[in-house]
Amino acid sequence: MLFSDLFEETMFSLSANKSRSALTILGIVIGIGSVIAMISIGQGATKNITDQVQSLGTNLLSVMPGNQKQSGNIVKGGMGSATSLTMEDSEAIKTSIAEAVAVAPTVSSRKQVTAKGTNTNTSIYGIDESYFGVKNVEIENGSSITEQHTKSRSKVAVLGPTTVTDLFGEGSNPLGQKVRIGSQEFSVIGTTVAKGGSGMGSSDDLIYIPITTAQQYLTGSESVSTINVQISEENLMTLAQEEITALLLERHNIADSTAADFSIMNQADMVETMSSVTETMTLLLGAIAGISLLVGGIGIMNMMLTTVTERTREIGLRKSLGANSKNITLQFLAESVSLTFLGGVIGIVLGKVAAWLISIFSSLTTVVSYSSILLAFGISALIGIVFGYYPAKRAAKLNPIDALRYQ
Amino acid sequence: MIKCENITKIYQLGINNSVEVLKDINFEIEKGEFVAIMGPSGSGKSTLMNMLGALDRPTSGKYFLDEKDVFDMSDEDLAAIRSEKIGFVFQSFNLLPRSTVLRNVTLPFIYNKQTPKSERKEKAVKCLRDVGLDEDRWEHLSNQLSGGQMQRVAIARALVNDPGIILADEPTGNLDTKTGQIVLETFKKLNRENGHTIILITHDKYVADHADRIIEIRDGAIISDKKK
Ligand SMILES: Nc1ncnc2c1ncn2[C@@H]1O[C@H](COP(=O)(O)OP(=O)(O)O)[C@@H](O)[C@H]1O
Ligand SMILES: [Mg+2]
Repeated sequence: MLFSDLFEETMFSLSANKSRSALTILGIVIGIGSVIAMISIGQGATKNITDQVQSLGTNLLSVMPGNQKQSGNIVKGGMGSATSLTMEDSEAIKTSIAEAVAVAPTVSSRKQVTAKGTNTNTSIYGIDESYFGVKNVEIENGSSITEQHTKSRSKVAVLGPTTVTDLFGEGSNPLGQKVRIGSQEFSVIGTTVAKGGSGMGSSDDLIYIPITTAQQYLTGSESVSTINVQISEENLMTLAQEEITALLLERHNIADSTAADFSIMNQADMVETMSSVTETMTLLLGAIAGISLLVGGIGIMNMMLTTVTERTREIGLRKSLGANSKNITLQFLAESVSLTFLGGVIGIVLGKVAAWLISIFSSLTTVVSYSSILLAFGISALIGIVFGYYPAKRAAKLNPIDALRYQ
Repeated sequence: MIKCENITKIYQLGINNSVEVLKDINFEIEKGEFVAIMGPSGSGKSTLMNMLGALDRPTSGKYFLDEKDVFDMSDEDLAAIRSEKIGFVFQSFNLLPRSTVLRNVTLPFIYNKQTPKSERKEKAVKCLRDVGLDEDRWEHLSNQLSGGQMQRVAIARALVNDPGIILADEPTGNLDTKTGQIVLETFKKLNRENGHTIILITHDKYVADHADRIIEIRDGAIISDKKK
C-alpha cells in the first residue's frame, strides 16, 4: 500500500463525515491548547525568576560569613550576623583568585532612617566603588560611590527608588538633601534605577553608603557581611568557588572544610534551586491540562469505534478486494492519527494565542517554548496511536465474511 | 486452474450442535470456463464461494488454485491471492457510497502494487468500457446510479486487477429481469471475448442457463455437474 494511497483514503474518510471529525478534533484542540497555555505560565514563572536572579549580577559568587551546612539554608535571613569575614579576606580574593574580575565587599544592616520628618526602616549597604558594576546597579540621577568616598569615609548616600519615594515622596528629587541614618547625617549624592522585585532582596528599597563609613558609624567593626565576586566566565564559577574556599580556609586556619566559618553562594545554584520550584509548578499545571487531553483521546477512541462499526461492510469489501489485516489497521490508525495531528496543530496555535492573551490581561509572564510545542506534537500523535490502536485492531480482526454479511 | 478436493465445512453452533454446510465437495474448473453453481437458498453456495475466493477456510479438504495449495497459506498470502487472482461481484453490489464510479473502480489498485499510479485510470476506464457503462456516468456518485449500473461498476471493479477468476454471488438477485439480463450478457461477453473464468452462483435455473456448465448443489453436496 502506497503512502499516498493511505493519505488519500484517510482524507476521504475524514471529510466524508466533516462535522463528526471536527467535533472529535475539538477535544484534542482544547487538550493541547490548555497544555500549551498552562506550561507557558509555568515556564514564564521560571523565566521571571531566572531573569531576576540574573539581574542581581552576572556570574556572581557571594561569600558570606557563617556555615551554610549548619544553617542548611542558602537564602539566609540573618546576613551579617556572623563576623568571620574581613576586608583583608576581600583583598586576598582580589589579588589571588585569577578568575575574579571584580570583588565587592559589602556591609549591611537595617536601620531607621529619617529625612525632613518622614522616616522609614530600610537596609543600609556599605559598598565600595566596584559594587554597582558587579551587581548591575545603574545610577539614575547624580553620582555613584567612588573610591574617594570610601577612602575618606564620606557621609554620602545613594538611594534606591523605593526609599526615595518613602522619604521624599513620589517623583521628588532628593539630590543634595540630607538623610539621617542612626545618629549620623548623610547627604544624598545619587539615586539608582529601579530593578523591580520586592521584599528583603529588593535592590530598590535600600541606601548605599561607603563601606568604610558603614563600618565606622553603623556596625562599629571591621567585618563585612558579604563579599560579592564576579567571575570572568560562567564555566569557571565552580573552579573559582573551590579556589576561594581553599583560600579562605587557609586564611582562617581551618583544616576541615565542613567546619568553614563562611559559605559561598553560587548564582547558578540559586537559579537552579528557585527554578526547581517553578518547574514543579509547570509539571503540575501541565498534568492538570493533560487530563483534558486524555478526555479528548477517549473522544477519538469513541469516534473510531463507532466508525468501525458503521463501516463493517466497507471493511469486509476491502478485504475481499485484497486488503490484509495490516492494511486495515493502518487505515484506521492513519485516520485517528490525522485527527489528533490536526487537532494538535490547531491546539498549538490556540495555546499560543491563549498564552499571549494571558500575558496581556494578567500580570503573569508566559513563555511558549519549542520544547513544549514539540511535546504537544508528540503527545497528540501518541494519543492518536494509543487511542486509535484498539479500534483499528478491531477493524482488522473482523472476519470478512461476517463483515460482508453485516447489514 | 481450480481444483477442490474433499472440502467440508462444519459450523459449530453449540457444544453438541453443529451443521455440516459443505459435504465432501470435489470438482475442477478449467481456465476460461463459464460455470454456474446452482442450488436452493441455504444449500451452501455462498459458503463455497467464500472458499473459492480465499475469504474463508474449510474444516477439511484441499483447494488448489493454479496448482498452489491455498489453505496452506498465511492470511496475508490469502489477501494477496484475493487481490491478484480473484474478482468478487456481490448481490448487494457493495460499492463505496458517496464515492464516484471511478474511485470505486480504482479501489482495488490500492492493495495491489502491480499497477503504477499513473496507469490506474486508464485501466479503470478500459474495464468500464468492457462492462458497457456510459462515459457520462463515470464521475457520478455510486449511489446516484441504477441497480444495473451499480452492478456493472462492481463488475468493472472486479476486473481491474486482471484476475483470472470472477466470482459472482447472486449478481442479479437485486435486479429486475431486464437489467439482470444485461448483467448476465456482460459476464458472457467477458467470458467469450476476454477469456475470463467466471463462476456464477445462483438459485435461479434461468440465470444458471447462461453458463456453459452447471454444478448443482443441495444441502452442501454436489448432486449434478453438467456441461452444455
Ligand atoms: N457463520 C455461520 N454459522 C452458522 N451457520 C452458518 C454460518 N454461515 C452460514 N451458515 C449456514 O450455512 C448454510 C449455507 O449458507 P450459505 O452458504 O449462505 O447458503 P446459500 O448461499 O446457498 O444460500 C445455511 O444454512 C446457513 O444458515
Ligand atoms: Mg448465498
